[in-house]
Amino acid sequence: MSEAIDEAPSADFAPSPLSREALAHAFADLHPPLSHDAAKVEAERCYFCHDAPCVTACPTAIDIPGFIRGIVTGNMTGAGQRILDANILGGTCARVCPTEILCEGACVRTAQQGKPVEIGALQRVATDHVFAQAAHPFTRPAETGRHVAVVGAGPAGLSCAHALARQGHDVTIFESRPKPGGLNEFGIAAYKMADDFAAREVEFVLDIGGITIVNERTLGRDLHLSQLRVEYDAVFLGIGQAGVKSLALEAESLPGIMNAVDFIAALRQSGDFATVPVGRRVVVIGGGNTAIDAATQAKRLGAEVVTLVYRRGRAEMSATTAEQDWAQTNNVAFRFWAAPVGFEGEDHVQRVTFARMAPSVGGGLQPTGAQFSLEADMVLKAVGQNFQQEFHDIAPDINSGRIVIDPVKRQTSIPGVFAGGDCVEGHDLTVQAVEDGKRAARGIAAFLAEGVTDRG
Amino acid sequence: MADLRTNFAGIRSPNPFWLASAPPTDKAYNVVRAFRAGWGGVVWKTLGEDPPVVNVSSRYGGVSYNGQRLAGMNNIELITDRPLELNLQEIKEVKRDWPDRALIVSLMVPCEEDSWKAILARVEDTGADGLELNFGCPHGMSERGMGAAVGQVPEYVEMVTRWCKQYSRLPVIVKLTPNISDILQPARAAKRGGADAVSLINTVQSIVSVDLDLMAPTPVVDGLGTHGGYCGPAVKPIALRMVGDIARDGETAGLPISGIGGVSTWRDAAEFIALGAGSVQVCTAAMHHGFRIIDDMVDGLSNWMDEKGYEDLRAFQGRAIPNYVHWQDLNLDWRTVAHIDPDLCIGCGLCHIACEDTAHQAIAAYAKGTNRAYEVIDAECVGCNLCHHICPVEGCITMVPEYSDRPKLTWTNHPSNPMRAKPEVASV
Repeated sequence: MSEAIDEAPSADFAPSPLSREALAHAFADLHPPLSHDAAKVEAERCYFCHDAPCVTACPTAIDIPGFIRGIVTGNMTGAGQRILDANILGGTCARVCPTEILCEGACVRTAQQGKPVEIGALQRVATDHVFAQAAHPFTRPAETGRHVAVVGAGPAGLSCAHALARQGHDVTIFESRPKPGGLNEFGIAAYKMADDFAAREVEFVLDIGGITIVNERTLGRDLHLSQLRVEYDAVFLGIGQAGVKSLALEAESLPGIMNAVDFIAALRQSGDFATVPVGRRVVVIGGGNTAIDAATQAKRLGAEVVTLVYRRGRAEMSATTAEQDWAQTNNVAFRFWAAPVGFEGEDHVQRVTFARMAPSVGGGLQPTGAQFSLEADMVLKAVGQNFQQEFHDIAPDINSGRIVIDPVKRQTSIPGVFAGGDCVEGHDLTVQAVEDGKRAARGIAAFLAEGVTDRG
Repeated sequence: MADLRTNFAGIRSPNPFWLASAPPTDKAYNVVRAFRAGWGGVVWKTLGEDPPVVNVSSRYGGVSYNGQRLAGMNNIELITDRPLELNLQEIKEVKRDWPDRALIVSLMVPCEEDSWKAILARVEDTGADGLELNFGCPHGMSERGMGAAVGQVPEYVEMVTRWCKQYSRLPVIVKLTPNISDILQPARAAKRGGADAVSLINTVQSIVSVDLDLMAPTPVVDGLGTHGGYCGPAVKPIALRMVGDIARDGETAGLPISGIGGVSTWRDAAEFIALGAGSVQVCTAAMHHGFRIIDDMVDGLSNWMDEKGYEDLRAFQGRAIPNYVHWQDLNLDWRTVAHIDPDLCIGCGLCHIACEDTAHQAIAAYAKGTNRAYEVIDAECVGCNLCHHICPVEGCITMVPEYSDRPKLTWTNHPSNPMRAKPEVASV
């Protein structure tokens, strides 16, 4: 048994031992933008495919060969606009998209030489170019006089709001947090969204005009759907998966045990990484990208040992291969086929016990009977989010924790109420949320054009 | 290893690779470096009468194309800007130190017999192996009645060549300009004048680009630009055709040809030699990469010749000439069909869109998710080769000849040709 167990646990759960300089380096831009030359060399690798597989693989169907051609010819403004026309959050997507399972995975260069065109990096160069311009690239037509309420200022809500504003409608976004951006602002590792990019991008989206954001207004508490349906011509719900799944274990409330999403949010909102407490020995439970972001950031924050424990095998992890590689490059240790069964500790977590698991017939899991324990000063739970919304009012149909929508119109069971993003069924990706918002805006436009004027 | 030794119009060199008359051969320093690197010969940058010409600052314009930073180049430099005596002295020393290499002196003086007579005697004293008459310079000198101004008038070509043969014992190579409608005219004139050989092509008159900020052709000299001579890989096809025309012409066939124009690799050289060239001259590729490119040129040509069983250059020199025919001699009853190898196809769709938009709608597209498949519709394919050239994967699209035992059918006797040769009717 290690001596550390006898020490005061709090000494092993403290703000980062690293200097501010070291932390600034640890959380700097993960992939700094390509230089002009590097971008040109990379862009020239693009074959300008016809019916390009990368476009099919992109949920927002960005004209990828088209924008890359703009980089090749020196039409960087056109390249950036082409991206943003299809995906107004193309800046975030350039930074956080799991490109290896989307556009870059489908790139014909992957088939030819095992090395795709770096589409994400090129997208960043082109969008950065547009963001550096003073003028917003899109204009509003004459105002329609229609007013749409958007609930949630995350990727889906922002995308929907911008698309509606481009049609001349007015939009008011209600956001429950103190600032907009959703997961872009609170839920993604700091080094992926360096230099306050999420906030800058929201400003960019708002530059089109006609969009107002009201923060700290929560649906079911400060607002109600029936009221929104009366006061606005249509409503879009982009409320995400606000809840966090629990392990339902005893002592889960011990200090030092927290949700990975809260740790990630705390880091993003700290303003000073040196103030964020981190354990000397950190155990992360889960196998998704949130688990990776939490584990890697804990390590970068100065944790001595970070162990990511997942109840199934590597192949079953929902974190992409690139994310897994990234965590392992950061010395995060992986343990597979183990599920937590208990926490120990006096006034702070000290140890986590895991049951070894094995696949059972039918795809389930069963304990093998063997157990092991890991010393831990901090446990980050990343076992998934869930739908958490109390409507206290009229409510749309929900199925398996997702709002049910018409696949084409994107309308919920309540006429005039639309939904998209993580709160509906689909890939829980920023890029999918953007597409959902875009499509819902089309559905809303069609709904408004039908001339339904009776609000609610 | 194949024998690369060359005897070109009596000029011997250890290999057929010569550096063309240009900045790389401007002075002893460069030429010695080239010989050390392994070049078989050089054509010393063109000498003229004193006082030497004056060159501008900003001399090259470049063409960038799809990732190739310098795909083509033009220049507005003139002949040597160094004193004649200095050049002659250096030529003499270099030839003395490098007796096994070909050292040819390029010349350009006013179109007057005395001017040529005077310089020829001085050049002969250097011990140089031969003369090359610069009738090709497309800018600067032509305005003074020299270079291309002579090369574009067959009578002048013949006249000056005759003077050179009269006043010098050295082999005379006449360098031809491509800035003319019919290359055979000056080539025939050179032969009539007694030329021992021709070399071609000189650079092509060009404006390589317009600076859109300065609104002037490049290279820009104090706000202004002028046309220059274009060179590099892009001019090779033009040069090959002109070399081929001279090689197959009844009047000029057999006249030694030094091939110039975009020669960058051993393969380019092999192509010129197959069309009849006895040596090749290189400039742009050396300016782009340095003299060290000679290693792979010599090595590559030799290895290829070994593979093909060619013991020396003569074994394949001119072998493509009989197969370079006029269009009406091509078989119209012969067909190839494109074939796409589905295992090699990467799904870029370039073949499909090219055929669909700009050719014969002969490639069908199938898509499922991000998977793509393309298939040739044999009945629609005319065998144009467009898809084969566009496909980025080597060997993926091949042109498969259709077997036919039908006799050759050329335009000359094709039923659609109203002027076709009619079979003679037996007299009654």
